[in-house]
Amino acid sequence: MRAAFAVFLAVATAVALAFLVLPVVAIFVQVPPSDLLHALGQDVTRDALVVSLKTSAIAHAAVLVFGTPAAWLLARKRFPGRGLVLALVELPLVLPPAVAGIALLATFGRAGLLGDELNALGIQIPFTQTAVVLAVAFVESPFYLRGAIAAFEAIDTSLLDAARTLGASPARVFARLGLPLAAGGLGAASALALARGLGEFGATIIFAGSLQGVTQTLPLAIYAQFEADFDTALAISALFILVGALLLVALKLYPWFRFISISRSRFAPST
Amino acid sequence: MVPLHLDFSLPLRAFDVELALDVDAETVALVGPSGAGKTSVLRAVAGLARPARGRIACAEDVWFDSARGVDVRPEDRSVGYVFQEYALFPHLTVEQNVTFGGGRGDRLLWRLRIEHLAKTKPGELSGGERQRVAIARALARSPRVLLLDEPMAALDPHTRGAVRAELHDLLRELALPALLVTHDFEDAAALADRVGVLADGKLRQVGTPADLLGAPADPFVARLAGANVLSGVAARTANGLTGVLLDAGPTIFAADPGSGRTDVVVYPWDVSLAHEAPDDSALNHVRDEIVSLTPLGNRARVRLKLLTAEVTTASLERLRLQPGDRVVASFKATQARLLSRT
Repeated sequence: MRAAFAVFLAVATAVALAFLVLPVVAIFVQVPPSDLLHALGQDVTRDALVVSLKTSAIAHAAVLVFGTPAAWLLARKRFPGRGLVLALVELPLVLPPAVAGIALLATFGRAGLLGDELNALGIQIPFTQTAVVLAVAFVESPFYLRGAIAAFEAIDTSLLDAARTLGASPARVFARLGLPLAAGGLGAASALALARGLGEFGATIIFAGSLQGVTQTLPLAIYAQFEADFDTALAISALFILVGALLLVALKLYPWFRFISISRSRFAPST
Repeated sequence: MVPLHLDFSLPLRAFDVELALDVDAETVALVGPSGAGKTSVLRAVAGLARPARGRIACAEDVWFDSARGVDVRPEDRSVGYVFQEYALFPHLTVEQNVTFGGGRGDRLLWRLRIEHLAKTKPGELSGGERQRVAIARALARSPRVLLLDEPMAALDPHTRGAVRAELHDLLRELALPALLVTHDFEDAAALADRVGVLADGKLRQVGTPADLLGAPADPFVARLAGANVLSGVAARTANGLTGVLLDAGPTIFAADPGSGRTDVVVYPWDVSLAHEAPDDSALNHVRDEIVSLTPLGNRARVRLKLLTAEVTTASLERLRLQPGDRVVASFKATQARLLSRT
């Protein structure tokens, strides 16, 4: 009985691993390194790479700049309706990306919620690079906020209280204690959000379209190429896997870079 | 003008902390079991907890006054706060911790004998070193009030005595109004000029350690001060003493007058132990069985069925006492204090 269960566990694990790893292996088997370099030299790929890097960088910077203070507030303040706000923050996580695209159109589109105001200002957002940035920021921000809130909540409150009694203003407490003590968690959340943003597809294609050199990001380029030139689609996919693997390695290594954990330093036995 | 004036009510989950206390340039210890609201008192003084009503003033500066709508922010009160477990900033060095609030740390690092640790992070310090860093940090902005939350709790028993003596000297030298919170009456008596006993948010008794030991207000205070509290019925006897028939059986004699139901307070260090009832001036000899022996440095706590005695380890070895032995516990009638029940 015990042996049978052990075999069952081993088989289940092997099937799960094979299922997850095989497609990844398949891509590299189909794309020799020379083809990869060739595909990456093509205009479609280069344009998509530029659009992806530019829009992701802007969207990610915006998510960090607005998301970090927001996460600090949501983590440290207790107010009525906080649970609801936290649930709203996570809502985009459970939305299909296509729904996010439609929602963004309904907000920023010509006939959308803010359409009249934007028209009056002469601003058109859908099917521009701005739309890509908005779509990417929309889908990646919950990933960052969730991680950042958890990282800030993990800080021992008595440290923040101590800083207050030492004359530190709330802004100084945030800068000198909040940010450095949560740095590890913030970095991990940032990497996860960045990966999600780079892979954004559904919301972008609906809200921003797929114009080469303007709104066609790498995932959209894969979709555009997979009928025209499957090899290029394969090559871009391989590129993604490499970037994703790098981000994951960085995430797994992050505890090494973390500051000495709070609990350890507070309760460590005398040495 | 009193250096620190407290009179406030602070609602907690189970009860309200209600405290009226004036602190001069002295150390006042608040003692009580955990959950008595001791830390909440410190938090209210520091501005980290907001009382429902009342007044907190430091000399002429009003920090909190519900009637006038005053509530000064923690960073604008002049409070040095030594937190429980010290709350040192783990990512900053000792020197950066001490100078976090501004100012230079050299003199304080030197005064607390931690200048050699200036570049060390808190994670690498011993309990005693951490305590000194926390005190240096609390003093760095020359506060007008010092708050200490269980400053001895994170120390191991070996270093406790020396650290306590040092802290005592420092508190005398600073001559600041200081509020110290502890669950240990011995620490309180050793460090503070006055001791306040706190239970469920209310002060039961405030006085010098000698006051509290000599005349505890009630059985709770007496037990907290380490006393045996024995219940019984008192009656005047022919020899001019009071005889108390204990609920547990034996009768003991006390010099205090009393009658009816009463509690008798006997301190463990007033009780001596022998194999046979000695022929001495002590009137009370109770034959009892040893339940357990707990060494406390050069003394030992001997728990009998009826009461606890504290004797030197030297006596313990001389008498070869073991759990299960039957011994005679002796104390004078003057060492049995009566608490009249109200």
